[in-house]
Amino acid sequence: MIDSQIKSKLKMFASLTLIIGGASLFSCSGGANQESETRKVKAEDIKVVSEMKADLTSPPFVPKSTANRAATKLIVDMEILEETGEMADGVEYVYWTFGGTVPGSFIRTKVGDEVEFTLKNHPDNKLPHNIDLHAVNGPGGGAASSFVAPGHEITFSFKTLNPGLYVYHCATAPVGMHIANGMYGLILVEPEEGLAPVDKEYYIMQGDFYTKGEFGEQGLQAFDMQKAVDEDADYVVFNGKVGGLTGENELTAKVGETVRLFVGNGGPNLVSSFHVIGEIFDRVHVEGGDLINENVQTTLIPAGGAAIVEFKVDVPGELVLVDHSIFRAFNKGALGMMNVTGDEKKDIFAGTIQEGIYLPEGGTIQSMPVDEKKADEPTVELSKAEKMDLGKKLYGSTCFACHQANGEGIANAFPPLAKADYLNDDVSRAIEIVLRGKSGEITVNGKTYNSVMTAQNLNDKEVAAVMTYVYNSWGNNGTVVTEDMVKKVRNK
Amino acid sequence: MFSKFVNIVFIVFFSLTSYGQLEGMALIQGGSYIPLYGTDSMPVKVADFHIDKYPVTNAEFVKFLEENPKWKKENVIALYADGNYLRHFKDDSNLKEGELQKAPMTNVSWFAAKKYCECQGKRLPTLDEWEYVGMADEKKADARTKDDYNKFILSWYEKPNSYNQEVGSTFKNYWGVYDMHGLVWEWTHDFNSVLISGESRKDVDGGNSLFCGGAAVGSSDLMNYAAFMRYAFRGSVKANYSIRTLGFRCAKSIK
Repeated sequence: MIDSQIKSKLKMFASLTLIIGGASLFSCSGGANQESETRKVKAEDIKVVSEMKADLTSPPFVPKSTANRAATKLIVDMEILEETGEMADGVEYVYWTFGGTVPGSFIRTKVGDEVEFTLKNHPDNKLPHNIDLHAVNGPGGGAASSFVAPGHEITFSFKTLNPGLYVYHCATAPVGMHIANGMYGLILVEPEEGLAPVDKEYYIMQGDFYTKGEFGEQGLQAFDMQKAVDEDADYVVFNGKVGGLTGENELTAKVGETVRLFVGNGGPNLVSSFHVIGEIFDRVHVEGGDLINENVQTTLIPAGGAAIVEFKVDVPGELVLVDHSIFRAFNKGALGMMNVTGDEKKDIFAGTIQEGIYLPEGGTIQSMPVDEKKADEPTVELSKAEKMDLGKKLYGSTCFACHQANGEGIANAFPPLAKADYLNDDVSRAIEIVLRGKSGEITVNGKTYNSVMTAQNLNDKEVAAVMTYVYNSWGNNGTVVTEDMVKKVRNK
Repeated sequence: MFSKFVNIVFIVFFSLTSYGQLEGMALIQGGSYIPLYGTDSMPVKVADFHIDKYPVTNAEFVKFLEENPKWKKENVIALYADGNYLRHFKDDSNLKEGELQKAPMTNVSWFAAKKYCECQGKRLPTLDEWEYVGMADEKKADARTKDDYNKFILSWYEKPNSYNQEVGSTFKNYWGVYDMHGLVWEWTHDFNSVLISGESRKDVDGGNSLFCGGAAVGSSDLMNYAAFMRYAFRGSVKANYSIRTLGFRCAKSIK
């Protein structure tokens, strides 16, 4: 009986929305503004008949879609915790968090929901906090109504009117410090019909951190207010720490799946140039709103803003998520991984088809500029141990790129040095190649190589050291190359 | 020989009377200072007074409870202390495992703290008195412009669980007072006389004359950040709140 009453009410409501929807179809001027005006009114009028507890998830996970439920009274229960966590290997930091994670728990609502929000400030916390949800239409985004001392909780409520992906954050003084310590997260307001179904959804948030020590400095690192004011970030990371999305935390997907990323930027200072190396975003909800852009390489996410990006993963392999302000990715931590598994698709990506040597100057011997003084420095012969030491460093900076870390070379391109007959058979010949370069066909361990090595800009001492290192590594014959031997060849 | 003895007696006598040193308290020589709040930068005058060298400890408060059973958890009126009152106590006279006798007393409401001081013939310090003493570092009465001083305070504000240390474990300041920064927040008599609303960003707006520091907080001045957090904390509490990180010490006027 009651059920049927509700049903008939719902029906009436549905036809009413149809009429309103139809009206906007027939209106011929005013366009977008009028339309969103209509929708806002509509959202306000959505009646809520049920009540449910919100499912909050820790990053990188997202609660399930709201497409299959009506607007409801949504009970959100969130706890603020101040706790020590790991910023990077061996680097600790005191995070202030919504729900124990950075970013805070993901809140998924839909248009018309009445959110009853309880914010709890753990008794062991030192500071008062509050929450400003960008999804709220009201003073301070709820901040004034949610100011709560340690050991207390506070409840406030709001109705979600505008669909979109919104940032929430703490807005207690000093606001910058609360945000810089990790107090931000995302709240999604889904349109009435829900977002289109996809195969995978993930939650990612970028943030910049300011520590007393430089990047990587070990131990518990305190927040550095001065660096924050200067916007001189030591860490720029996804999901609160270096490696927040790599290794065991990497995201996964299968070939052919469509992935949706809810990407936010907590700041406090830096704007993100969000990019996924190896994918093109098929669709981007620009700034988390209604505007959809297609075929996007890099999308800008402002501090205190968000974007929804969607793409179908086409081929297997590792996709790399970065802030394409690229030093942040490779030097400050803004780098994540998505491991895509499945069958190769050669028609989309064929991998390397052929490798060759590209010589803009033609196939003659290349030489590096030789510093004459270097060759003439007075010689004090190094001990073998010293040669090994210096040689290892030189190998790392000079030889490693082609001959590789363990002298294994690269098949068909650069010959190996490890257990290499060509190397071990003739020391003078090897010295000569280092000094003068070499091009043309040679055979090493039965395999033919036809490439070019440039003459190296090293003095006698350095050549003796690096060759001694090579001869005494990876199963080679243990020759100790002296500076005299090098000099003899040089003067030949 | 005799004159030397007289001298010593005289000095002892002099220091006892003129300075009126009270046991466990430090004499603070009054003066004026410019607090964080107040756009007009009007200096505030603070008269000479005494303040406890250390925050009140758990052990001292237990003694108070024995003498004033009205303030035991089971008897206290809810209006005067919320549900967190004495949360670190196992029962009315015993601390929970791991809690230190000589750690600062916390989880105590403003009403209880005020009563405690009254029973000692003292009172809670005013906000201005507390801030005045809090300006000092080891060497200077007003160290607020020193980077190290501000950095120390800021780094404490973000360090969790500093409450369970013995009193006296942080620095002794210019006045001989310990633990003004680094252990716990402290109640003041008029803690809420400077109103910071829940929406502190609005307070920074020049239109609000109650709190502004507006221009100052907009700057990069670390000094204001440190003080600002204290004011924000005070703005978030009510007199019946009992908080794990909030203790108190007493003061006494000079008649």
